[in-house]
Amino acid sequence: MLRVLKARYEQKHRTMKYPSGPLPALPDRFAGRPEIKGPCPEDCRACIGACPVNAISINNKCIAMDMGRCLFCRVCVTACPHGMIMFARNHQLSATRRQELIVSTGSPVKTEILSETARDIFGRSLKLRQVSAGGCNACEADSNVLGTPAWDMGRFGIQFVASPRHADGLLITGPVTANMRLALEKTYAAVPEPRVVIACGACAISGGPYIDHAETINGASSVVPVDLFIPGCPPHPLTILDGLLRFLGHEIPD
Amino acid sequence: MSFVSIPFIYNGDSIPMDAVPVVGDAAFHQTIAELVESGGHLSAMLAAPKDDNFLILAVISAPKQEQIGLIATEVAKEYTSLTPECPAAQGFEREIFEQWGLKPQGHPWLKPVRFQPSRRTGKALPIGDADFFSMAGEDMHEVAVGPVHAGVIEPGHFRFQCHGETVYHLEISLGYQHRGVERSLVGGPDKRTIHYMETLAGDSTIGHMTAYCSAVESLCGLHPSPTAQNIRAIAAELERLANHIGDLGALAGDVGFLPTLNYCGRIRGDALNLTAMICGNRFGRGLLIPGGVLFQMDAKLRRQMRDRINILEADLDSAIPLMFDTPSVQARFEGTGALSADIACRIGLTGVAARACGLDHDVRSHFPYGAYRFDNIPISIYETGDCLARAYVRWLEVKQSIEFIRRQLDLPDSGAGSHPKINSLAPNRLAVTLSEGWRGQICHVAATDAQGKFAFYKVVDPSFHNWFGLAYALRGQQISDFPLCNKSFNLSYCGYDL
Repeated sequence: MLRVLKARYEQKHRTMKYPSGPLPALPDRFAGRPEIKGPCPEDCRACIGACPVNAISINNKCIAMDMGRCLFCRVCVTACPHGMIMFARNHQLSATRRQELIVSTGSPVKTEILSETARDIFGRSLKLRQVSAGGCNACEADSNVLGTPAWDMGRFGIQFVASPRHADGLLITGPVTANMRLALEKTYAAVPEPRVVIACGACAISGGPYIDHAETINGASSVVPVDLFIPGCPPHPLTILDGLLRFLGHEIPD
Repeated sequence: MSFVSIPFIYNGDSIPMDAVPVVGDAAFHQTIAELVESGGHLSAMLAAPKDDNFLILAVISAPKQEQIGLIATEVAKEYTSLTPECPAAQGFEREIFEQWGLKPQGHPWLKPVRFQPSRRTGKALPIGDADFFSMAGEDMHEVAVGPVHAGVIEPGHFRFQCHGETVYHLEISLGYQHRGVERSLVGGPDKRTIHYMETLAGDSTIGHMTAYCSAVESLCGLHPSPTAQNIRAIAAELERLANHIGDLGALAGDVGFLPTLNYCGRIRGDALNLTAMICGNRFGRGLLIPGGVLFQMDAKLRRQMRDRINILEADLDSAIPLMFDTPSVQARFEGTGALSADIACRIGLTGVAARACGLDHDVRSHFPYGAYRFDNIPISIYETGDCLARAYVRWLEVKQSIEFIRRQLDLPDSGAGSHPKINSLAPNRLAVTLSEGWRGQICHVAATDAQGKFAFYKVVDPSFHNWFGLAYALRGQQISDFPLCNKSFNLSYCGYDL
């Protein structure tokens, strides 16, 4: 018993002050929101050729990057001879509309994602059932970590629960395999209305590295309506928390 | 001695495809049985089309020789099953049957492995539509769980045959995570290949990328610099550290010992953040590339990491022994889900689960690669084969990994950690690479065609061997001990389903 108390003393209070306090430190080499510095000077399309998931398109020299597909691998940064693509440290990536994940020159540095319905109904309590549908366990792990004492998303009334019957919504990871489709549909049907669906990670938004595989169906929105998209491969826990909090109308300092 | 002379290669070597002897059914059978009998591990077995027939290739890692043996046989429709003599082959033979329809005569039960589309016809069985083991009688009951589980965890289906609280048999039926990785690798490597490798089993990104990079390097004659090997090994041990710490915490949680659960949940994140210090991503995405690594570790970064490792170690010394010294935890761990060394050996168990049964299997020691060739990590072993052993081996390995990372951090970054340009792969060659992922042995088998593209690429995640071990460990246990036993193995669904 004394050892338990001693360990408790040694381990200290670790829950971060954010969002009322400072942002938790992000790694120096963190790849956050992509930024397009300007039009493609010579239409060389090296970035398009390099991107493994066709996240980049060029129209009239205007470069556009789809964060819903992007794996944040940064191969396009190296490929562009003009340095037009970079990844900022900005962790705020989420969007409520799919097309708002497409970033081009002059795009806003963050997207408004407040859902008034979600705020009014779930603002003080959001219970989520997590469904991994072909996820590699990275998105799952970085969602799960939000329940640990350092992040403690229970502070905001957000919690993962064991049954869809107890849930207000689903947090889906993975490209949705053909083999998980029925299970996902049934889980969704088991969540009482009103309900929300969150697609977490490139796979759940678009299929990620598994885009257009016959064994998958290119993400959650092929099966269920998605209310919040959280990009990344996997998204940093801070990106996920930021998405959930702003979606529910919590005050987040810039 | 076997009567067929077969080639043995070192881990990470490649040989011409036609140097692999193609023998008759009986010789194939006998050679593998003898190698396994003398301590070899059936690391991979696969089928690949060859003219009108198929080649079945077996890869046996032999710790005594510290080399990997290769043998093949040509099959039209059926062959003699190895499973009755060598149970470690059961999953591979079912997989080959599911993919190519080749029938192993004498296999006890060819049930589906992952309900994947046939590589011949493109048709798949509906998921879960299969015969399951069943028991009948008074007071017998069946408990079915999944594919969607109660926690934040991947999907899989479990069926328990119970009499009262006692589990007589657990059947594990997977495939829900099947994404068609191996099929998509054929014709590569291309720009998506490394992303398949990084997400095969997302918590083993470094383990699988190490095996993949080594296979490609072997096929195009590249030699990563010592600095690149140094950074890869640091990342690999950080991956082991993070996952073992998370597992130790979760094991504490499964027996209701909340202090260690909560501390480890946070400390695991600290370990993941160390990987992010190197490459910006907590899972090591984008760090490895064939030929080397994409990020450097200068003296300043090494110093910072050493400081944070010291803090992490102190936090662990306060959090983990607390659990092992608590009688109520010991009482739940001891004797739960025990496997004997003999069973572990026969079913081809690998990694932590095998070492917890007293088997000295560790790729880093027996088939050393990269930085492990110069800095050997002692094998951590415990002998009781139960949940306590699987927990304790993790704790021993955490301590070894910390020491190893410290030693590797002390090496200077010579600045040659960058990567040379990839040449085209040598045609008609076969490369076999092993790496020790945090769950156990990862085996990649890559073969090139006449154009130097992948003719086939086989991935064997340690979970492929170990799921059967979990099923076996549950026999005679209380069903309420399933979460604890499951966590003590903590296997990958996506690594198995591919």
